[in-house]
Amino acid sequence: MNLSSYIIPCVIAFLLCYGLFKKVPVFDCFIQGAKEGIQVSIQILPALVALMTCVGMFKASGALDILTDLFAPLVSAAGMPKEVVPLALLRPISGSGSLVIFEDLLKTYGADSLIGNIASVMQGSTETTFYTIAVYFSAAQITRTRYTVFCALSADCASFILSGVFARIFLS
Amino acid sequence: MKWIFSGLIVLSIFFGITTGHLDAVSNAAISECGNAVTLVLKLMGSICLWSGLMKVAEESGLTDRISRLLRPFTRLIFRGLPETSPALPLISMNITANLLGLGNAATPLGIAAMKALSEEQPPHLRSTASVHTISLVVLNTASIQLLPTTIALLRLEYGASDPLDVLPAILCSSFLSVCVGLLLVSLCSHSERSPLQRQAFSRRKEAAK
Repeated sequence: MNLSSYIIPCVIAFLLCYGLFKKVPVFDCFIQGAKEGIQVSIQILPALVALMTCVGMFKASGALDILTDLFAPLVSAAGMPKEVVPLALLRPISGSGSLVIFEDLLKTYGADSLIGNIASVMQGSTETTFYTIAVYFSAAQITRTRYTVFCALSADCASFILSGVFARIFLS
Repeated sequence: MKWIFSGLIVLSIFFGITTGHLDAVSNAAISECGNAVTLVLKLMGSICLWSGLMKVAEESGLTDRISRLLRPFTRLIFRGLPETSPALPLISMNITANLLGLGNAATPLGIAAMKALSEEQPPHLRSTASVHTISLVVLNTASIQLLPTTIALLRLEYGASDPLDVLPAILCSSFLSVCVGLLLVSLCSHSERSPLQRQAFSRRKEAAK
């Protein structure tokens, strides 16, 4: 048993107990909230269709391998192993895709290797940027996103570089 | 966003032709849009569960309590947002869910917060992102999860001696990258005149004429 399997049950139990303690009609309340959840799911669908289609096409085209070779010298110059480049490229656009690559890196190089460590930090310190941007803005019906993409991608870039730095500081 | 959308498609068609994978690209286009629907259906259960639980948290007053607790941070990040804004508790719960790593709880809260934030804007500006909506999105695109459980599990599976030994590195890197993102948002918002200011500016110019 590890700690992580406690989080979800504990949060659920705490929320319900606190509600009961404050004399909230928890079941009716839950149903009402869950009903709103259906609307949210439907609201995120159009953005998800657009995003998953173009990301799926991108992955199938083999562009990732070519871009990896393209970026490899740049990344090596920054002192990072080039094996993590596909992860860095795919992380902002596809959550499931980057998870597959991450798992692959751990399998091939071992979880305690430098590559495994850098990949773990990278995977843990960023999110699926474009998914978030697309879903949040489209659900709020905001069409002009101004400098969001620039700022979010800069933060991603920063975390990729930092993951190399901190993986070396803390884990070697 | 439109540039990324069309850019990715153009890139994939270009590389699809040069690498001879165009059939795979075409298959992906056909199947992935269907997969998006399957994904939403899969997510729907989880989103409903968390939306329901968050409603309970809201009714019980827990939301307001957490909102007050996080006020020093939200005041810093969402400067100029009125204390009574209905978006504040939603933002606070969104941050809390992200810290706990409950992505499917964070999404409906984040979307509700986005709507509340855009309602702070005058109606004709609601289709344009404000500094606050951008800050919220950037906060959500950077990971602020305290305990990266998926990563720890995978590391354990592939023979890590201590699956959580990466935690300090992850936290430092996440924290600093969030700071970079938010700092850039505030820099950009100062350098680029907001639509509201631009309007006031042109009005002043007209008045001067």
